[in-house]
Amino acid sequence: MTQAPPAAEPDLLYSDEEEALRAAVRALLADRCAPATVLASLESGRPYDSALWQALTGEIGAAGLLVPEHLGGQGAGPRETAVVLEELGRAVAPVPYLTSAVLAVTALLGCDPARPEVAGPLAGLAAGRTTGALAVPLTAAPGAAGPPTVRADRAGALTGRVTSVADAAGAGLLLVPALGPDGPALYAVDAAADGVRTEPVTPLDLTRPLAHLALDRAPGRLLAAGDRARAAVDRALLTGAGLLASEQLGLAEWCLAETVRYTRERTQFGRPVGSFQALKHRMAALWLDLASARAVARNAADALAGGTPDAPVAVAVAQAYCAPVAVRAAEECLQLHGGIGMTWEHPVHLFLKRAKSDELALGTPGRHREALAAPVGLPAP
Amino acid sequence: MTDAAGLRRRTAELLAAHPPATTGRLDFLRARFDAGLAWVHFPAGLGGLDAPRALQAVVDAELAAAGAPGNDPGRIGIGLGMAAPTLLRYGTDAQKKRFLRPLWTGEEVWCQLFSEPGAGSDLAALATRAVRDGDGDWVVDGQKVWTSSAHLARWAILVARTDPAVPKHRGLTYFLCDMTAPGVEVRPLRQITGEAEFNEVFLTGVRIPDAHRLGAVGDGWQVARTTLMNERVAIGGARLPREGGMIGVAAAAWRDHPELRTHDLHQRLLTLWVEAEAARLTGERLRQQLSQGQPGPEGSGMKLAFARLAQRISGWEVEFRGEDGLTYDDWTLRRPEGVDFTGREAGYRYLRAKGNSIEGGTSEVLLNIVAERVLGLPSEPRTDKDVAWKDLPR
Repeated sequence: MTQAPPAAEPDLLYSDEEEALRAAVRALLADRCAPATVLASLESGRPYDSALWQALTGEIGAAGLLVPEHLGGQGAGPRETAVVLEELGRAVAPVPYLTSAVLAVTALLGCDPARPEVAGPLAGLAAGRTTGALAVPLTAAPGAAGPPTVRADRAGALTGRVTSVADAAGAGLLLVPALGPDGPALYAVDAAADGVRTEPVTPLDLTRPLAHLALDRAPGRLLAAGDRARAAVDRALLTGAGLLASEQLGLAEWCLAETVRYTRERTQFGRPVGSFQALKHRMAALWLDLASARAVARNAADALAGGTPDAPVAVAVAQAYCAPVAVRAAEECLQLHGGIGMTWEHPVHLFLKRAKSDELALGTPGRHREALAAPVGLPAP
Repeated sequence: MTDAAGLRRRTAELLAAHPPATTGRLDFLRARFDAGLAWVHFPAGLGGLDAPRALQAVVDAELAAAGAPGNDPGRIGIGLGMAAPTLLRYGTDAQKKRFLRPLWTGEEVWCQLFSEPGAGSDLAALATRAVRDGDGDWVVDGQKVWTSSAHLARWAILVARTDPAVPKHRGLTYFLCDMTAPGVEVRPLRQITGEAEFNEVFLTGVRIPDAHRLGAVGDGWQVARTTLMNERVAIGGARLPREGGMIGVAAAAWRDHPELRTHDLHQRLLTLWVEAEAARLTGERLRQQLSQGQPGPEGSGMKLAFARLAQRISGWEVEFRGEDGLTYDDWTLRRPEGVDFTGREAGYRYLRAKGNSIEGGTSEVLLNIVAERVLGLPSEPRTDKDVAWKDLPR
């Protein structure tokens, strides 16, 4: 067993174009997605904020960042997508960006985009005209997705059940991994077709709806078969997990900034509570962890963009590191707010619920750590 | 002249005039200094060429390829990392001319006389007194502690109290102290590892000419802050490959000893590996920001993260070693010339790492700095700011 190979030198900074994209998304979210707005719409029953989605995809083109221009996208990549996710995390925005513009788009890109059955839906997702969901449980981890729970017959009719699919209820297009007559395959299913039933469940994170998906002889169009289908799903999960780290970074940044702002203003014992070392050391420690979260999240986005063989290691490090940081940032934010942090009217609970759900999404930190054992040469006993 | 091509040409001229194979080590280093290739970002005439700092790498690569001797920076780290930038910023022309060249070549080793038994984190409270005598020279009395290289040093940077009647930050003055002067006594300070990397320095009636004062009388705190900022950069700034540093030692132990592996130790090792990789990438990102001319405040955090990781990883390793973890290689009082945090055995590494969160600013003080200067949180109410030093409780 030898030492892990040295990683190629990654670009961990933000380019001017990436900062411009960030500024555009941040301005839009400041205008349309303030925490109070998100709070007010929480129990509306709508699957996502469609006006915000229109602006994000139509005006900014954010849903097509991963898609090449000749296929109807912006021809950008994971680095830019990560910047959008940082901002969406900072606003805990209720839009299906991770699920549609990252997971579903990457799965389609892993099929053969020269085929019209693939190119058509891809262009629709890239433009934001429709949203898609990859039909796997939100907890599915890269490299450990398990066998499909849906079966396909020779005619392409799909039957089975997939639990806890994020943003499925609002999606127009479902990408369903299924066991076909010739092995694993990936099918496209219109959400409105006969035999498709979505059963919404009450999610811990109200900003990212969950539903069980029940298919009963639902008509599917074959997108990819065999190893290609398996690889497309796995690439989607790897990309999703890697870029989720940027969403977690953005979430954590809001939590720290809000905690600092509040503890500078809140006065007890005749002084701002933020002047007590017992509190400020906790915030400083969090700031340190955020600096590292930014470095590992940028590293994962850069590795995915470069398609380097180190990408699985970079993604596992980013998830193992960023998921607990986001949870802790939200927990600290709540605690250092005292009583107001425990109320429904203060938005910190949105961030806590998203952070905790994100910790389970696309592989827990423990799974990602275990996934490192083989590639870095630290085998289990 | 001061672009990469110009520096290459100048380096080639140096190598032609002073071929390393036939030139003595010290002669070569002096010639390199005089050619402005010692630290290219320093001014011309003081070992540099006013060139961008990043271009030093060009010179270093050419010289390494030619087999030129180096100045052994590990041995003269305090001079290079702390005394030199402070001399450059506050020294008179005569001081810079006198001190920088032998400092850089290593002919004169430097040490730092700052900390005292009664002034650690609260350095500005230090009690070593410097009193002006009739000739205008200074007479220094006091005790300093945690002085590395004092037993090897020719010179020291020294902060002493020149006015006890004003608040503590205002009554200090910065000096260059001759370590061979009468009244300077250096004693080894044995630490928990058994060795004595550091010293106690007793100063009794030590005379320092006023020409060896650095900065104005009463400006010592200001000058010392330049030194301390450079110290933290030096401690946290090194670039590492993946598995560089303490985690590489622990990972190698895991690979070499399958018989000691347990599931619990495996989980914890993977957690530490992730944190070490995150710390490495944080340092790498900081380096990239610096090279783009956008220094980030992350630097304040690197030392903290480094200390925490070194302690946890070395603690893990002692536990992993099983029965060997119960043993120690050697408690003999040694006087090492430098320090290697990843050297010797697991027990040594564990004990030496305890100092990482104390030396160069405790982790608690650094957290205050991050909280107040980076996050903008209010400081604790202070009782010592406007009180004369002599009236402070001690």
